[in-house]
Amino acid sequence: MTNNTSLVDVRGLRIGLDDGTELVKGIDFSMGHERVALVGESGSGKSLTARSLMGLLADSLVVEADHFQLLGHPVLSYRQSQWNRLRGQQVSMVLQDPKYALNPTQNIGRQVAEPLVLHQSMSSKARLEKVEYMLDAVGLANPAKLRKMYPHQLSGGMGQRVMLAIALINDPQLLIADEPTSALDHAVRDQVLALIHSLVEERNMGLLLISHDLQQVADYCERVMVMYQGILIDHLPAEALPNATHPYTQTLWSCRPNITKRGQPLPTLDRQHLETLK
Amino acid sequence: MNQLEVNNVSVSHAQGLQRNTVVHNVDLSVQAGECFGLVGPSGCGKSSLLWVLAGLNPYWEGDISLFGQPLESGKVFTGELRRRVQMVFQDPYASLHPKHRLRRTLAEPLKLLGLQDIDDRLSEGFKQVGLAENMIDRYPHQLSGGQRQRVAIIRALLLEPKLLLLDEPTSALDMSVQAEILNLLNDLKASRDLTMIMVSHDPDVIDYMCDHAVTMKAGRIDQEKYYR
Repeated sequence: MTNNTSLVDVRGLRIGLDDGTELVKGIDFSMGHERVALVGESGSGKSLTARSLMGLLADSLVVEADHFQLLGHPVLSYRQSQWNRLRGQQVSMVLQDPKYALNPTQNIGRQVAEPLVLHQSMSSKARLEKVEYMLDAVGLANPAKLRKMYPHQLSGGMGQRVMLAIALINDPQLLIADEPTSALDHAVRDQVLALIHSLVEERNMGLLLISHDLQQVADYCERVMVMYQGILIDHLPAEALPNATHPYTQTLWSCRPNITKRGQPLPTLDRQHLETLK
Repeated sequence: MNQLEVNNVSVSHAQGLQRNTVVHNVDLSVQAGECFGLVGPSGCGKSSLLWVLAGLNPYWEGDISLFGQPLESGKVFTGELRRRVQMVFQDPYASLHPKHRLRRTLAEPLKLLGLQDIDDRLSEGFKQVGLAENMIDRYPHQLSGGQRQRVAIIRALLLEPKLLLLDEPTSALDMSVQAEILNLLNDLKASRDLTMIMVSHDPDVIDYMCDHAVTMKAGRIDQEKYYR
């Protein structure tokens, strides 16, 4: 089993603008074939961190690290052509909003097949079979009809499943999901997260799940890392979340409204107090 | 007194030369001072119904009475009614003019009404929602999503509405910012005697906020729930 190999090993990761403003301020983390959640508010640097693992940061950003290994590759010095061999093959990503992430001018079948065209040589018949198999695996009915459809003909939940099919078609070792459910309806969110969970489990992959909703991701991950203003401020197993000691984690955990909290104000972040804890 | 009575109302959208009916024969009543919730999956017609109540969609049939006054289908809101119903939209990025400073956006309706002491009203509004007064001369892109949604709430409240319509006011926001906005809405409701109608796809938000709610499904009312 490859369970013990490290997929990501990062020490002292700093991402900044070229004028010297630091957005991610030196974080350390590593993960193997496990499910990890990266949680924080918008602007905390979680998406930048995830994009740096895909080599997809804008050119204007400066990435530095003391140590940066992805599946054993020293990717910090990689050129685009070297990244292209890794991306979509060994590491892949699911983005937030299928409306924007899918190409509106290409049919679904062509978009799902693209990673196969780029990374594997197979006959077009085998490719077609694989595409239909994958669409079926992500829970979409009638793949033969679906692959001829265009993104605007799909609902948000279906679009997100298509994106998942694209990400998983080459059986990557690491899947990065950047807020995969925040553009979706409440009822569909749990379905998509459960699907990601079961597919990742089945294939024994690593999952880095990014979200701002701590309670929702807690059910689908083993470990949780909490980011605040570019720093990893807390790191704990998912079971320990209800008893978190850090005030930021506590608030993120308890700020979700529900029926038992009626009539009492919801806990909010005491940002001044957090400044003193940094 | 019932602020809003909706009887046997159907709502449609114009699609080319045809009409596509998305809400079918709905009955509702909302009392004064109540927070009323509309829940359901996307595409169930909850926002379409809200847009009719805001006077933004003239294609409806049935009987609606607002503050005891019957509405006429196909007619836009005029006069007092236009001011008494205000709406906060889902996406705070899209609901403020990107090229106007906040002061200009917020002062426009007040000037139109010929009100005095506009600046005092604006700074009072900023204080109420917990924003610093010096933000008033910024542009929308210089604010965070939560701050922008607060500004959208000020914009609605400056006109002193009796009925505040909220179309998914927190679904574009972070969980921690959502908590701040929901607390703010609860405080405003208590201090101003507002009637609110809130649309959301998150049943937890409705459970937390509302006194009375209906669940919609495929354009019809599925369940009705009272919390008091």
